[in-house]
Amino acid sequence: MRIDGKGRVDRTRPVTYSFDGVTRTGLAGDTLASALMAEGELLLGRSFKYHRPRGVLTAGSEEPNALVTVRTGAQADPNTRATVQELYEGLTAVSQNRWPSLDFDLLAVNNLAAPFLGAGFYYKTFMWPKAFWEKLYEPMIRRAAGLGALSGAHDPDRYERAFAFCDVLVIGGGPAGLMAAWAAAKTGADVILCCEEPEPGGRLLSEDEQIEGRPALDWVQETVALLATRDNVRIMTRTTVTGAFDQGTYGALERVAGHLPEADGLPLECFWRIAARRAVLAAGALERHVAFRDNDRPGVMMAGAMRAYLHRWGVVPGQSVAVFGNNDDAHRTARDMAHAGVDVVALIDSRHDAENRAGDVPFYPGWQVARAHGGKALEAITLRAPNGRHEKLAVQGLGVSGGWNPSVHLTCHTGARPVWRDDIAAFVPRDGAVPGLSVAGAARGTFDTSGCLRDGAEAGLEAAQALGFSGALPHLPQADASPYRLRRLWAVAGKGRAWLDFQNDVTVKDVKQAAAENYVSVEHMKRYTTQGMATDQGKSSNVAALAILADATGRDIPETGTTTFRPPYSPVAIAALGAGAQGMGFAPQRFTTSHKASVAMGAPMIEAGLWYRPSYFPRKGETHWRHSCDREVTMVREAVGICDVSTLGKIDLQGRDVGAFLDFVYTNTFSTLKPGRVRYGLMLREDGHVMDDGTTARLSDKHWVMTTTTAAAGEVMRHLDWVKQAFCREMDVRFISVTEQWAQFAVAGPNSRALLNGLLDSPVDDESFPFMQCGPVTVGGVEARLFRISFSGEYAYELAVPARYGASLFDLLVARAEGMGGGAYGMEALNVLRIEKGHITHSEIHGRVTAFDIGFARMVSGKKDCIGKALAARPGLNEDREELVGLRPVSAGHLIAGGHLFGEGAEPVSANDQGYVTSVGYSPAMGCDLGLGFLRNGRARHGEKLRLVDHLRGVDIVVQVTDPVAFDPEGGRLRG
Amino acid sequence: MRIPCPICGTRDRREFYYQGAASMLDRPAAEAPLEVWHDYLHLRDNPAGGTRDLWYHASGCGSWLVVERDTVTHEVLGAALVEACDAD
Ligand SMILES: [Zn+2]
Repeated sequence: MRIDGKGRVDRTRPVTYSFDGVTRTGLAGDTLASALMAEGELLLGRSFKYHRPRGVLTAGSEEPNALVTVRTGAQADPNTRATVQELYEGLTAVSQNRWPSLDFDLLAVNNLAAPFLGAGFYYKTFMWPKAFWEKLYEPMIRRAAGLGALSGAHDPDRYERAFAFCDVLVIGGGPAGLMAAWAAAKTGADVILCCEEPEPGGRLLSEDEQIEGRPALDWVQETVALLATRDNVRIMTRTTVTGAFDQGTYGALERVAGHLPEADGLPLECFWRIAARRAVLAAGALERHVAFRDNDRPGVMMAGAMRAYLHRWGVVPGQSVAVFGNNDDAHRTARDMAHAGVDVVALIDSRHDAENRAGDVPFYPGWQVARAHGGKALEAITLRAPNGRHEKLAVQGLGVSGGWNPSVHLTCHTGARPVWRDDIAAFVPRDGAVPGLSVAGAARGTFDTSGCLRDGAEAGLEAAQALGFSGALPHLPQADASPYRLRRLWAVAGKGRAWLDFQNDVTVKDVKQAAAENYVSVEHMKRYTTQGMATDQGKSSNVAALAILADATGRDIPETGTTTFRPPYSPVAIAALGAGAQGMGFAPQRFTTSHKASVAMGAPMIEAGLWYRPSYFPRKGETHWRHSCDREVTMVREAVGICDVSTLGKIDLQGRDVGAFLDFVYTNTFSTLKPGRVRYGLMLREDGHVMDDGTTARLSDKHWVMTTTTAAAGEVMRHLDWVKQAFCREMDVRFISVTEQWAQFAVAGPNSRALLNGLLDSPVDDESFPFMQCGPVTVGGVEARLFRISFSGEYAYELAVPARYGASLFDLLVARAEGMGGGAYGMEALNVLRIEKGHITHSEIHGRVTAFDIGFARMVSGKKDCIGKALAARPGLNEDREELVGLRPVSAGHLIAGGHLFGEGAEPVSANDQGYVTSVGYSPAMGCDLGLGFLRNGRARHGEKLRLVDHLRGVDIVVQVTDPVAFDPEGGRLRG
Repeated sequence: MRIPCPICGTRDRREFYYQGAASMLDRPAAEAPLEVWHDYLHLRDNPAGGTRDLWYHASGCGSWLVVERDTVTHEVLGAALVEACDAD
């Protein structure tokens, strides 16, 4: 019910929403939980295992019970905490984990079966027979025990990721956080203040307190206004700092549009990575429950939450309430509720010597609440007097406080453990737990507002000073300084089930049973009982559970220890973490200058690393890729073909010592290469295996350009940087990747020179431009580079122009080629052409082969050192190896890459494995499939027949071993 | 994790490529015995505490760095250009 004159909701602005299909009205400023409470709706969900009715427990993100699914269809967002979901016009929410309805849940029969479903029941009950697990038990358990379900549809909402930087990050917008931000900001430091709530204020939003003799929220407003005028301060509301990571990196989730009826272009959420030189944790504290029989009845909530609902939203759970606690803070709830005109029927304090601080309310010092009564709503409580006498009181709401736990979570994210403080019976952060992070206010166990303000001011100033900023401590406002006193009480003795972890349905008895079954380590108890393993991570129950474990095992709490705190502090949608990476956003796309033209010609584009390259260029009448591929291969062999080879890595090297440098990175010698010449090179890793191959051209005395394979371009660049910076520091060499600066096209086939001479400003001939020649040319006045190199084995050139001319040159080349009986060719044809010639790619140099394996042992020069040379000479790398061979089918059927080779009569099992196939293609020139592969001692086995088997794809054929070069073995064609 | 590149300033570790121990800088002479080469290629310390390893500023200046850090506390103690370093 709503209380007149209380709360920060706007009573002039009704908001219409629906819950479980019923249209309702709340107020602007409400959360879903407060709006429902205003209408007397306390039943908000069903528990995970027993389907017990559950209501709102807290007023924040730590909520274990009130989980709902908001929005509908593909946008449905399950497990949203009703306590933080701000109400907006048209909000749709449904309850979860109930069937057929929240009010009448058939699976509540689980509750009756409770004696069989205790701790570890999954492990015990569903063990045998094993086959039943996958088919029967697991699906059954998953259906019965679950939270909200995903829609199964693609998430249409937009999410973002962003980086932010600051000198001082302040986590939490309460009195400590605001003072920390103000103290740091005054020094001139760049400050980011993150607060989880829609507005700063922290706990002050939920209290009736004074600062400087005026309402505390006036001071909050003034301070926020002061901060807002400074351009070195950024206040981020609705932003939860979810994790602390190394070197001052923090993760934070900003809920950007989840409180708006329409996102209107905004992302739903944004995940921030904040790099902060210093940080102040002022995240406050979370209240904890006391376990007693049926303490989970809707209407039982945290005492501080009951106060928050009153002061922030002007709502209470009922006409008559009671408060039960073990500390002075609980008294405030009784006091404030009574002030608001609610009938406070009892203030029960388990401390026999407690003084009543709530004013004129019935006070029960030394008493305890032994039981809650009611089903879907609290109806009464049973009190137990110090002498054991019982008394039953009718109530609609019960506020419970077992004390407050400082929010130490972030201080433990990098591995530190918190420290137990006996006086407040709580864990506090360990000093220096996260380098650069200090803790202020309730997060370190300072609970009074005056102390929080001082703590925050000191921490904020110290953080700024540590960075070299200077300033003075700001004025400390007058505020409440009441001490916080408590005497520990975790559970009230008695029969029945007393609940600890509401979300996972863990009872005091479950924890004791775990201890009895020797799960005495807190980490084992947690996993055995599932205590703290739900989405709330046991924020309101973990400490009580481990206190009970400590008691059951005869240890104290520090000795028992805590479970590990891990990020995120509160749930973060994968969609936010991976924002922008859905679909094609997963990886960048690199397009060549001929991309548009290729697509326009109907070429299917295939991925080559991040690049997109044309697979083949279909022509009219071609109904299968092989038609196009065969035609393109024949075209290159008989006329002329054009292929964009710009994706190959191009590295421009300049300096006096480039030749010497290349001698060191390539196995063969380059320093002897004359300007205007090109040489093929082989590069090893230091372990002696092949890294990459390619050609390097010497454009002039001190200017060279290296090509790498498309696949290894990045790796080679990194390798060259390494070799230069680590081992060749004195050399006069500079290099840079120019892959994207040059567009390069292969012009291959018997008509290639004729085609080029129709284009070049001055023609070339075999004498001036023999095989492996390079040099400057001009095309239509554009300075270009011409290379007489060939990957296809044909008479061929490669022509390179600055990338801005790439598209027009490609069009021109293709048009000329088509006029000469040729045209563009794609990756399929390129692959067949190189297989015919036995040219390797990374299908062959896949990381486990040596120069010896590919028949290039003689390319490792004996006259000089090079990377990989010493270790390439290791025993075992140069004898009895799998060597590169060619393969052709002898029986019917196709070759298949990935298939393995066996002796003709041998059983195709791994013990008999002789090698494997790496590349295959159909050669129109040879009229059969051709393959490349590796075969044990293969160079000595040409002519032998073998069995090629691929068990996965059901291939079993006979093949013949050949030389890797199937076509034009003398190389006459490429020389012309 | 953040790494202080001497050229670019402190940057997020996503900009860097991790290689391994800085002992790779201590490349044996070409004619060194195979045993020495084996040790160079395969043997690595696995310290709990201070370590020096190689990172490449791939999305930055292209510098190879020796980063000194602590494997227990994750503290990054500093970074220097490989060009200015020797192996341990
Ligand atoms: Zn850099």
